[in-house]
Amino acid sequence: MLKTTDNKDRLMMIAFTVAVLAAPVILAPFGAGYPDLMQRFAIYGIFAIGFNLLFGLTGYLSFGHAAFLGVGSYAAVWMLKLLSVNVIPAIIFAVVISGLFALLIGYVSLRRSGIYFSILTLAFAQMSYNLAYSVLTPITNGETGLQMDLDDPRILDAATAPGQLPPPSLFGLEMGDTHYLSFMGLDLQLNVGFYVCAAILILMFYISLRIFRSPFGMLLRAIKSNQTRLNYTGVHTRPYALVVFVISGMYAGLAGALLVCMDPLAGPERMQWTASGEVVLMTIMGGAGTLIGPVLGACIIKYFENIFSRVNDAVVSNWFSGLPDSLGDFFSAIVSPFLGSGWQMSLGLIFMLVIIFLPGGLMEGVTRLIGWLGRLFRSRNNDEDAETTSAKESSPDPHSSRPASPKES
Amino acid sequence: MAILEVKGVNKRFGGLLALDDVNLSVAENSIHAVIGPNGAGKSTLLNCFVGKLLPDSGSILFNNQSLLGLPPYRINQVGISRVFQTPEVFQDLTILENVMIPALAHRDGAFHLAPFKSLSREHDIREQAERILDSVSLLDERHNLASAMSRGNKRRLEMAMCLVQKPKLLLLDEPTAGMSRADTNNTIDLLKTISEDHEITFVVIEHDMTVVFSLADRISVMAQGHVIVEDHPDNIKGHPKVKEAYLGTAETA
Repeated sequence: MLKTTDNKDRLMMIAFTVAVLAAPVILAPFGAGYPDLMQRFAIYGIFAIGFNLLFGLTGYLSFGHAAFLGVGSYAAVWMLKLLSVNVIPAIIFAVVISGLFALLIGYVSLRRSGIYFSILTLAFAQMSYNLAYSVLTPITNGETGLQMDLDDPRILDAATAPGQLPPPSLFGLEMGDTHYLSFMGLDLQLNVGFYVCAAILILMFYISLRIFRSPFGMLLRAIKSNQTRLNYTGVHTRPYALVVFVISGMYAGLAGALLVCMDPLAGPERMQWTASGEVVLMTIMGGAGTLIGPVLGACIIKYFENIFSRVNDAVVSNWFSGLPDSLGDFFSAIVSPFLGSGWQMSLGLIFMLVIIFLPGGLMEGVTRLIGWLGRLFRSRNNDEDAETTSAKESSPDPHSSRPASPKES
Repeated sequence: MAILEVKGVNKRFGGLLALDDVNLSVAENSIHAVIGPNGAGKSTLLNCFVGKLLPDSGSILFNNQSLLGLPPYRINQVGISRVFQTPEVFQDLTILENVMIPALAHRDGAFHLAPFKSLSREHDIREQAERILDSVSLLDERHNLASAMSRGNKRRLEMAMCLVQKPKLLLLDEPTAGMSRADTNNTIDLLKTISEDHEITFVVIEHDMTVVFSLADRISVMAQGHVIVEDHPDNIKGHPKVKEAYLGTAETA
């Protein structure tokens, strides 16, 4: 039993690695194969994986995780400013600082559970946001946001051409470098920044997998299930919860650092409560407590934010240009509020549908689909064995169900 | 010889004196029952043993070590396990995992961090858990979720979770409460087998007289926060003070 789990995990790890590395190929047909968006997929994937370690395993719903993202971002920019444009020290420093910050907040917040814990974390995050916005302006540069400057010391770097800001790089490989490639009719964009993020995402996914499968992970699930029982079983629950809170905060800090490495700018809005809510949404949408779910949720939400929001009225009316004028206007009137600036409306609709029909998130849908296909396959095999005489012609065509364009609501 | 020594314990909730100078001495490897009518203070006493409540005064010694002020997990670590009135198990985990957790807690202590160790490498823990599950005949269902179990089976599972830690003292809070006659008899048999197979001292809090008289080596009767009698079961049955506590005296009735 446990042996097969090991094998399944190995398979999942390989599949995940291949899928992430081949992302430019997979995403290109969806119009999402450009570096900026793919970097976001990977970075917010890391953020959601970390959040899921806390929420998915222990059930502690942190509503202030964006604070760690923000702290990581600021820490990374400072490293880029002071030390070097190499991303490695920036990432390490950001992870350490956000870990310390999480230790502080977690130590206080974990004295309470349930809604009180959520409110405490929310309060801390809003406090951090307001500090970054006003009081700590010397460190955060307030509303404008912190960015690199020509006068920065960058003590480890050789002098660059005057009047030119060096971009963040990994030992000379610039994050913004992109190679264009044509492959099977697709225009692929292979970007250094994305592959740095992808490599880290794969590593972070592996760490999360190991935690899920460890005795530590089992204890964390027990915290979610019955904390009272666990206390009377001889386990001191709070340090376990604190450790996973810190790990989770470090994941968020890492994501924040990567955001800065891709685009060296950190603003206070990164810490706002909407950003904290977003990662909750990603995790629940994909499937809290599952391994791949959070990454899936992150990709979907970032896809909506970046692709759906770009569809404007002209594009929509173009879709219906083949129809008679009045009918086309009618359809575009229905569809357009859900696109463009109204992308959040369709996201909300999908979120509601997922919560109502798939409370375990999209991964529950995937599991159900696999189970259903498995049963279908088995029953078909049985039918053939029994040599059924019925002349029933079934057309097995489970895919190719094109989304219907008119949506009544 | 006494493994648990309770001396002069008082506990007050506002105006109510729940425990009033309670004295109790539990002999090693015996089954000691605490009985009494509703509100006698039995559960309060048990909650003082496990660290959920702190007595206002008095002392509770376990193997000559004071338990006062220790948190529940620490009390479990010195060798006291408890079974709840309604079975408390990890509903979202499998039956096997339910037993592996206490086994890990017994081996590694209250806090031991090994975040990258694979659970499938913990052969010893797994074997221990399976052996205990076999002894309570739950081995075949070990990969099912605990939430799918019947109440009687949850009680068995909870017992297995305690036994895997090899406790010196096992506290049972009304182990047969809300059970059918058949389940009650099964539980009695289970407890008897456990006490024969393991060197464990039991403290049983119970309402059901059949259970008490078929199990206990010694009985303490509580009423209104006092221990009114402590004696051998045979002497308890006809004891006038016990009758009075349960039925009331002729004058007050």
